[in-house]
Amino acid sequence: MQASNDRNPSPTIDSDEGGAPDKSARRGFIKVLLGGGLLASAGSFFYPVLRYLVPPATVDMGGDTVIAAKVGDLKPNSSKIFKFGSRPGLLVMRSDGAYVAMAATCTHLSCTVQYRGDIRQVWCACHNGIYDLAGRNVSGPPPRPLEVYDVHVSGEDIAVARKREA
Amino acid sequence: MSDLRSLRLSFLALALLALPLSLRAQQQNTCLDCHGSADGNLKITSEQIAQDIHFQKGLTCASCHGGDPTSMEAMDPKKGFKGHISHNKVPELCASCHANGSYMRGFNPSLRTDQLAQYKTSVHGKKLAAGDTHVAVCIDCHGVHGIRPASDTRSPVYPTNVAKTCSRCHADREYMKAYDIKTDQFAGYSASVHHDALAVRGDLSAPTCTTCHGNHGAAPPGVASVENVCSTCHVLQAQLFDTSKHKAAFQSAGFPGCVTCHSNHRISKPSDTLLGTGPGAVCVNCHVQGDAGFALAASVHKELVSTQAAIARSNEILTRAERDGMEVSQAQLELIDARDRLTKARVTQHSSQAAKIDEDIKVARTVSDKTYEAGVQAMKERNYRRLGLGISLITIAAMVLGLRLFITDLERKK
Amino acid sequence: MSAFAVIRDWLDERFGWAELIAPLEHKTVPLHRLSYWYFLGGITLFLFVLQVCTGILLLLYYRPSANEAYESVQYISTKVQFGWLIRSIHSWSANLMILTAFAHMFSVLFLRSYRKPRELTWVTGAVLLFLSMGFGFSGYLLPWNTLAFFATKVGTDVAGQVPFIGHFIVVFLRGGEEVTGATLTRFFGFHVAVLPGITTLLLAIHVLLVQRFGISVPPSVEKQWIADPSARSEMKFFPNFMLREMMAWYIALGVLGVLAAMSPWGIGAKAEPFASAPAGIKPEWYFLFMFQTLKLLPSKIWFIDGELLGVLGFGLAGAVWVFLPFLEQPRWQWARVFIIGLGVFALAYMGSMTVYGFIAK
Repeated sequence: MQASNDRNPSPTIDSDEGGAPDKSARRGFIKVLLGGGLLASAGSFFYPVLRYLVPPATVDMGGDTVIAAKVGDLKPNSSKIFKFGSRPGLLVMRSDGAYVAMAATCTHLSCTVQYRGDIRQVWCACHNGIYDLAGRNVSGPPPRPLEVYDVHVSGEDIAVARKREA
Repeated sequence: MSDLRSLRLSFLALALLALPLSLRAQQQNTCLDCHGSADGNLKITSEQIAQDIHFQKGLTCASCHGGDPTSMEAMDPKKGFKGHISHNKVPELCASCHANGSYMRGFNPSLRTDQLAQYKTSVHGKKLAAGDTHVAVCIDCHGVHGIRPASDTRSPVYPTNVAKTCSRCHADREYMKAYDIKTDQFAGYSASVHHDALAVRGDLSAPTCTTCHGNHGAAPPGVASVENVCSTCHVLQAQLFDTSKHKAAFQSAGFPGCVTCHSNHRISKPSDTLLGTGPGAVCVNCHVQGDAGFALAASVHKELVSTQAAIARSNEILTRAERDGMEVSQAQLELIDARDRLTKARVTQHSSQAAKIDEDIKVARTVSDKTYEAGVQAMKERNYRRLGLGISLITIAAMVLGLRLFITDLERKK
Repeated sequence: MSAFAVIRDWLDERFGWAELIAPLEHKTVPLHRLSYWYFLGGITLFLFVLQVCTGILLLLYYRPSANEAYESVQYISTKVQFGWLIRSIHSWSANLMILTAFAHMFSVLFLRSYRKPRELTWVTGAVLLFLSMGFGFSGYLLPWNTLAFFATKVGTDVAGQVPFIGHFIVVFLRGGEEVTGATLTRFFGFHVAVLPGITTLLLAIHVLLVQRFGISVPPSVEKQWIADPSARSEMKFFPNFMLREMMAWYIALGVLGVLAAMSPWGIGAKAEPFASAPAGIKPEWYFLFMFQTLKLLPSKIWFIDGELLGVLGFGLAGAVWVFLPFLEQPRWQWARVFIIGLGVFALAYMGSMTVYGFIAK
């Protein structure tokens, strides 16, 4: 470290040795550099923090629950494709009025499935795969069932949520 | 007195011991005594017997060949010995049990019992009835001794093994010399997507020879019915094809649906070059420059290719943004939607109707353009971040320099 | 009178702190060729304060439940203004802090600053080092991504190797038998409440002890200065050393800014508890040397389970490390050499095992 023997240094910036003009010019330059640098660096630190503290416009974090539809959107024995996170989901209103929801991505080759009211099952048009309303793959190529979601109706909204783990 | 009694007891014990031995004698298979160490075709090993489903269910050599397996005169015709079953008698022999519903019910009620009836409708069955012994009978596909059930992965008729079994004859030029059919089917099938799905990816729903030709009633589907066969799985494509002008045109020209463009055995993964007017395209096999079909083919090809390019461009910028640390997972997932739509457009083109195809193409273009924009934004943001970093580094450098100078100044006073 | 002086005097009349900080005016830092090492403690402290600040900011948006944690981190990184910056600084600074903490510990060891009367400074420091690794371990799980999930699973499994109380430790850490959402909530509690509380306490003691006893001089330099008193050189802490520390802190901020902007911390894929572990799961680099050691130990050494031996070994090493200064008793001539030797061995071992852990499959 560079400092010389430093038993009694001047403790404040203000003490003036009354040096030559270039010395005070230099000291002035240092003051500007320090003051300006302090302000600018503090600004570049606090500006992001202050912007951060302001909550963004979209409050929804895209978590595990989504409002798939409103009550009355669906008639019995019909369905709707909705966006669940980044993948499609299928909401079906059974003939008895109950709702079921499941992932709409076919487990065979990822086509989007659809509900068929005539056979009352979920059908994939690409290779004729069939799932029942519990998501189980019952016929055709699909190797695995569709992930089933929880549905609850709260007021006017039909909320679809991924099944919660313990 | 006690001596006699103990003698009688020991006799009884001996007899009791001999009982299981005598029981075994009843299940004894004297056939193996000789045939187990015979040569060539006559050799039947006990391993084969152990693997055979018939033997596992309690049948014996005599169940098919007759004779008496318990005695050393096993091959006595007076005991019903039939000897070697000639080729053309095999189906009737097998059917004597397998076509008997009440008999088979005692073993496996869900097994079909119409194999012989089906076989009689097949090319193999018809030729056999006409006296040709070259053709396949039951044992040619199922094996003869050591027959495994069809659900056993080692059985020659397990789905992944079927093509190989058929190819034993059908790929043999010499063997098939007398017949008027090609022998390239196995080679073609082995290079196809169906083979890839079945044998490589293990998707048991993928077709093999018997899926399209039938197993016992094996015969080629015929030009008029090929489309029906394909449409059992490829429903959507067939439905769309039915709405197209090609359907009527092919019917009147005697062309098979599906196979005309896609081939029957060597079905390769279709690419955009299959459709259009360039090299490798099938449309120009019929269409010529100037007709409406030619123009449509060219325009659809152009749209598919350019949509593919748009998706690739979008993917490229998103990958770059991600590599530079930007969060673009949402846009990347939306891009999947564009890919799905392009796939759908490639299916919809079977209808040969421009309006339908355009629907899907338009959505694909919109999504890929949107995600491309997201990528552009991400790169802008990335540049903005780097600019911000640069500015703050400058302020930090100013501070550090200022401090350094200040310290030097402070300490120079002494 | 400058504005600064006016405010200072006004506060002094009401807090009376001129008297309190008067001793600090006399605080000095010894100057010799090894003085640069003295910066490390301050940098570690600075990074810790930075962690607390960025951590509090993250707390405003983070949600500690299995269904929302990953999404909230994604939200912070994409939707919140400069959220990516705060988050990346927090992640990078965590790693940097542990690095400087280790460097600070080794420099204290080799400069022999742990000698009497500074043993308790060392003890608190060693515990603080372990606490910072605990911060790293608990914080790593919080984004709830695949890598973190499985790293936690493996890490807590190892804790189960401790004899008798192993199972209890595992259940206590995991909040259950397996790693679940309960583990996440628990780790969150450790990370933002329990560990900060204990750390603040120990840190206060640690810093106060340093103020109390001043900065230690290495024995070799001490000898030199005794022989030649004119060679003795010291620097005032205020303002000279403090200004230099501020330079170092600004540079550290610059480094963090570059890391955060050029190489931001990724989010990974959301953890799926029922999926299989991806190949090549490794813990964070500061645990790698232990992880690699456990991997290399044979499954049985004599009749003892290899992994158990490894865990006990590290536990013993940790205990020895905390009480290291007390080994140096005047009656044990070999103690000094032993401790230095141990330090060299530890550094070499940890360094090489970490590198090995990185390049091993």
